[in-house]
Amino acid sequence: MTNDGFGPGLGKVFGPQHEGGGPELIQLLTPEGERVEHPEFTFDLGDDAIQGFYRDLVMTRRIDTEATALQRQGELGIWASLLGQEAAQIGSGRAMRDQDYAFPTYREHGVAWCRGIDPLHLLGLFRGVDQGGWDPLADKFALYTIVIGAQTLHATGYAMGMQRDGAVGTGDPDRDAAVIAYFGDGATSQGDVNESFIWASVFNAPVVFFCQNNQWAISEPIERQTRIPLYQRALGFGFPGLRVDGNDVLATYAVTQAALQRAREGSGPTFIEAYTYRMGAHTTSDDPTKYRVTEDLEHWKLKDPIERVKAYLLRNGVVDDDYLASVDAEADELAIHLRKGCLELPDPSPLDIFDQVYEEITPELEAQKAQFAEYLSSFEGAH
Amino acid sequence: MTTITLGKGINMGLRAAMEADPKVVIMGEDVGKLGGVFRITDGLQKDFGEDRVIDTPLAESGILGTAVGLAMRGYRPVCEIQFDGFVYPAYDQIVSQVAKLHFRSRGLVKMPIVIRIPFGGGIGAVEHHSESPEAYFAHTAGLKVVACSNPVDGYWMIQQAIASDDPVVFLEPKRRYWEKAELDESVQPEGLFSARVVRAGTDLTLLAYGPMVKTCLEASIAAEEEGRSVEVIDLRTLSPLDMTPVLESVRKTGRAVVVHEAPITLGLGSELAARISEDCFYSLESPVLRVGGFDTPYPPSRIEEEYLPDLDRVLDAVDRSLAH
Repeated sequence: MTNDGFGPGLGKVFGPQHEGGGPELIQLLTPEGERVEHPEFTFDLGDDAIQGFYRDLVMTRRIDTEATALQRQGELGIWASLLGQEAAQIGSGRAMRDQDYAFPTYREHGVAWCRGIDPLHLLGLFRGVDQGGWDPLADKFALYTIVIGAQTLHATGYAMGMQRDGAVGTGDPDRDAAVIAYFGDGATSQGDVNESFIWASVFNAPVVFFCQNNQWAISEPIERQTRIPLYQRALGFGFPGLRVDGNDVLATYAVTQAALQRAREGSGPTFIEAYTYRMGAHTTSDDPTKYRVTEDLEHWKLKDPIERVKAYLLRNGVVDDDYLASVDAEADELAIHLRKGCLELPDPSPLDIFDQVYEEITPELEAQKAQFAEYLSSFEGAH
Repeated sequence: MTTITLGKGINMGLRAAMEADPKVVIMGEDVGKLGGVFRITDGLQKDFGEDRVIDTPLAESGILGTAVGLAMRGYRPVCEIQFDGFVYPAYDQIVSQVAKLHFRSRGLVKMPIVIRIPFGGGIGAVEHHSESPEAYFAHTAGLKVVACSNPVDGYWMIQQAIASDDPVVFLEPKRRYWEKAELDESVQPEGLFSARVVRAGTDLTLLAYGPMVKTCLEASIAAEEEGRSVEVIDLRTLSPLDMTPVLESVRKTGRAVVVHEAPITLGLGSELAARISEDCFYSLESPVLRVGGFDTPYPPSRIEEEYLPDLDRVLDAVDRSLAH
């Protein structure tokens, strides 16, 4: 036993930088594509589901690659890449039922895919033609929230609404619902996130806090946000926390499914720390070479979330090379749809901005709009 | 007819709104068993239950942030901020989320949230309990801001604010909570977003809202004794402003003085002065004057009577305007 000033061995126990996520990491599919058992969590779907996940992962990565390319070519103002986090998003997104509701950050492109949203709708925000092109109520996927952590409170309030609607703990699998709140490691330092933990805890709200710990908040490493593994914070708020291999789609699915079910049954919130790595830049405006070393990147490349699923499927004869080629072809079709659709996204009219500020335009805004219209029309015919 | 205080009027209005719509929920610190530190929600948890009158944890951003989620789920949250100076921890949620979600979602997501704030000074309180934060909210697109000044308005305006599909910051002049008036519930109220002439006059227009309406009415009566006919307008709505009665009045009197407790610089008076000069410049006999708090933090309460605009400071401004 050593004494590092915090007590016997605490530095070792609580140090955030365990190699590979530490012994507490829940994993059901190794980076080599081997299925492994876990005493508490089981992946209870068949190989056809894993094959479906593979398609989801590839399509999600293709969306991301195409959007990054569109930004590089000047068609998007900015893009927030999810490279490396595909499994965390597909595993958790596929664990949701139709009646569940997701509150994303601005990087949950894979979850949007699982919600059935045309990825073209994700591009409007980044192209600057709208603030998100989907219907957050019908799609049960909130608009992207850019203020870090603010959505975790919205998620908790929404979950409190589900409680009041009698949609929790009835035992009816088609009725019982839960909310999943997405956020990153940086957000765990925000007051709103901590307040949402308290609210969810004391009101026993049906919300799953899904933290993708991708190790970086732009340039700040996880050590700047925490001295203990993030999932251990949950205990202090009064609900369970666990750390899952965020690059393992099977484990992510299994733990999220269990946590959502727990919430739907009325047993309250769970904190899931999906241990992963941001393989790309924070956004296309960022330059990670200024603050991190390539060795880390090489290390995490070996844990790629797609390669391990591919290895499993091929080794077990679930799919063959023709299937892989067909998924790639489908992904290329999707990329063409994205590219074509992006270039065709109409610019909004400057006069439209006045109409959606309030339920009905106010006399003041009506006057400003009329004045602006008159001003704009004064240029008609001018060169 | 019932005699009610402003506090009771808002309480009755909240009760009526909760009876009318099961989706109305009240949330805030101490609003349940205690009935709020000013007892504005007195008795409501007992009658409507803990699911509809929610004693929240002590965190204002949490109150507004969870209200956003409840509103997305179809509820109509009425959030009580205990005192004006405690709204700032919720400022981000109000300005970046509550105010913008309707716009962000192209009108798909409605935010029928009411943010009740007891505001203004005059009760001998410690720091952070006497502030006038209205300009921060009136400056934010997507919010509506109203201030009641009397018990009858308190009763009706809170119901109208709750019925609004837009978020409304509802300012309650805490030092007027105990003022009394007769309420006749059979008299239908005018619209929420309308200003009202509360005392007619011909020589000068006083523009006020919230706690300063009473002060201006008293000033108008005092001025009359000196042979001056001063019109008083209760603005009631600060965003949007209802300029029609204001401009009509100033075109008639040619003079305007704006009175509020909030600091002068970039307060509502600045906007009113600008609008009046833009829209009825040639009717003006004198510059629009402003009476308000000084550009200092709110002072220790032993000198708040000197700091706050009162009858004499309003009359002084009336004199200066008429001297032009």
